[in-house]
Amino acid sequence: MYNQPSPLEVPVLTRRFRLPNSHKIDTYLANEGYQAFEKAIGMSQDDIINEVKASGLRGRGGAGFPTGMKWSFVPRQSPKPKYIIVNGDESEPGTCKDRLLMEFDPHQLIEGILIAGLAVGAHQGYIYIRGEFRYLIEHMDRAIDEAYARGYLGDNILGRGIKFHLATHSGAGAYECGEESALLESFEGKRGNPRIRPPFPAVAGAYSCPTVLNNVETYCAVPSIILKGAAYFAGLGSPKNGGTRLFCLSGHVNKPGVYELPMGFNLMRLINEVGGGVRGGKKLKAVIPGGSSCPVLKADECDLNLDFDTVAAAKSMLGSGGVVVMDEDTCMVKAALRIMRFYAHESCGWCIPCREGTTWLRKVLQRFHDGQGVKSDIVLIGDLSRNMLGRTFCPLGDAAAMPTIAFVEKFRDEFEAHLDGKPCPYEKKLVAA
Amino acid sequence: MTFSPELEARFAKFLAKYPEDRKRSATIPMLIYAQDEIGSVTPELVAEVAKRVGSTPLQVEEVVGFYSMLHKGKGMGKYHVQVCTNISCLLRGGAELYEQASQKLHLGHKQVSADGFVSLEEVECMGACSWAPAVQINYDFYHDVTPEQLDKLLSGLMAGKKPEEIAEVKKVSC
Ligand SMILES: Cc1cc2nc3c(=O)[nH]c(=O)nc-3n(C[C@H](O)[C@H](O)[C@H](O)COP(=O)(O)O)c2cc1C
Ligand code: FES
Repeated sequence: MYNQPSPLEVPVLTRRFRLPNSHKIDTYLANEGYQAFEKAIGMSQDDIINEVKASGLRGRGGAGFPTGMKWSFVPRQSPKPKYIIVNGDESEPGTCKDRLLMEFDPHQLIEGILIAGLAVGAHQGYIYIRGEFRYLIEHMDRAIDEAYARGYLGDNILGRGIKFHLATHSGAGAYECGEESALLESFEGKRGNPRIRPPFPAVAGAYSCPTVLNNVETYCAVPSIILKGAAYFAGLGSPKNGGTRLFCLSGHVNKPGVYELPMGFNLMRLINEVGGGVRGGKKLKAVIPGGSSCPVLKADECDLNLDFDTVAAAKSMLGSGGVVVMDEDTCMVKAALRIMRFYAHESCGWCIPCREGTTWLRKVLQRFHDGQGVKSDIVLIGDLSRNMLGRTFCPLGDAAAMPTIAFVEKFRDEFEAHLDGKPCPYEKKLVAA
Repeated sequence: MTFSPELEARFAKFLAKYPEDRKRSATIPMLIYAQDEIGSVTPELVAEVAKRVGSTPLQVEEVVGFYSMLHKGKGMGKYHVQVCTNISCLLRGGAELYEQASQKLHLGHKQVSADGFVSLEEVECMGACSWAPAVQINYDFYHDVTPEQLDKLLSGLMAGKKPEEIAEVKKVSC
């Protein structure tokens, strides 16, 4: 692990992380490894899916869609092969957890994939890993080799007549390829442009075949659900939000790090009790609760429980679990600008509102931050953002627009403080000593 | 085109991963591993990959333009220094690290030193946000990078050392 654990953590997915050689299959087997898979072999497809449904597991990639329900959309009778695809693109700014799950417990991921395969009748899986994570691709390859050597992958798994093959697949640098339909295009060897939906991947995914596509952390939760039961997992979290989540705490806190906490853990407690409070004794100004696509929360909105529904009720999103903390010296115009630079760079160009909107917003925000903005620019930013919402094939346009709207609405005074040639009041103070 | 035996073995492994009529899936993995060996994505490489996966060169060409890690022309330096300035790194000094690197190396975004040894890039989030600011040299991660550590790394590179020979600053290992 790259940071010290917190005593407030509830290690479920990370429970083996601190064992010596936690990534080796022998460590895994000695610590409940592959027992859930063996149990699942004795269950019907419906039983597995119902167990996942009852656990309240919701997708950890961003949208929080109920995983069991997603699996139930795969047509059983389809004569086509079915695929399990793992989204290991991990590129939402603020997010750095899938990396740890693959690094410290790769067999937990493999076991989750195997169980998904049993649930929908798939015999082939691929783990799409962002190209920058080369060391992880090779690390996962070694774990996959171990699983083959020990009979957990292959044509006749454990002599039980089960067939499942698994391989890694490298990306090559593109945020958009984390979006499920663009990921599938990229996987097929094409540009990572999104597909129109429906059909959803469950019906027509990889190679137009029925496909289960989930985030790394989502699959990693599955063995615990099957082994310990849906009730156990559901009971860890809050209503309709089963389990724990790996929260990636970053920014101006004393102890940034990845911490596994129950769903519904209070955000102020995460910052103060787990993260050791705001760095340098400064005051909290704002928090992005789930990666850069999620609308910012003002300090006085942060006393809330981190589950999908509570954060949505506060008009933001729990997203990918990336909690970015900003102190009183942070310039909100600069933060909004940096985030928009990202979306403008990463917009794949497929949809005009997103391609043009993100670039235009980047220019307006840059002008603002340079002190060249005029009052009507504040309205312009809002108009441009609102005209992107819902007008694109994939949610990247929304992901760029929603946080921008929130920055302007919630910190309008800071935007006004930059107008008409005034220099940024925070410049030089942004990085605390 | 001829490649090293290691790369050929990798290609064979890649092609075996995908169904018989779906070898096009190997395009991006082949391109990125080949680029590591030959330095950039050349027109010959595009044609060769197209031939092996059963695509047209144009189909491969259009892929190359899409992905930020694939470089045409001369490509990046032998050691490609990537400094993240996205939000979590920005809040902990990433932009200043990028400035520092740019001034010390006399290189701007995606520029390569005259001898082709070092290059610089300001990059987007690399998935190291809780250990910000983060830097990658080729595929190696450096977490919680201080200006002093960056200075040592850059000085070493400028003196022609490999990153692993710069003993004071260790990459993250797995
Ligand atoms: C622009 C964009 C980028 C995304 N990036 C990622 C990513 O890096 N990793 C991920 O798991 N999901 C990402 N998603 C969400 C996926 O589209 C998809 O919803 C998710 O992988 C489904 O898995 P889950 O149900 O387990 O969350 C992204 C979505 C969008 C719109
Ligand atoms: S923001 Fe720099 S690694 Fe995520």
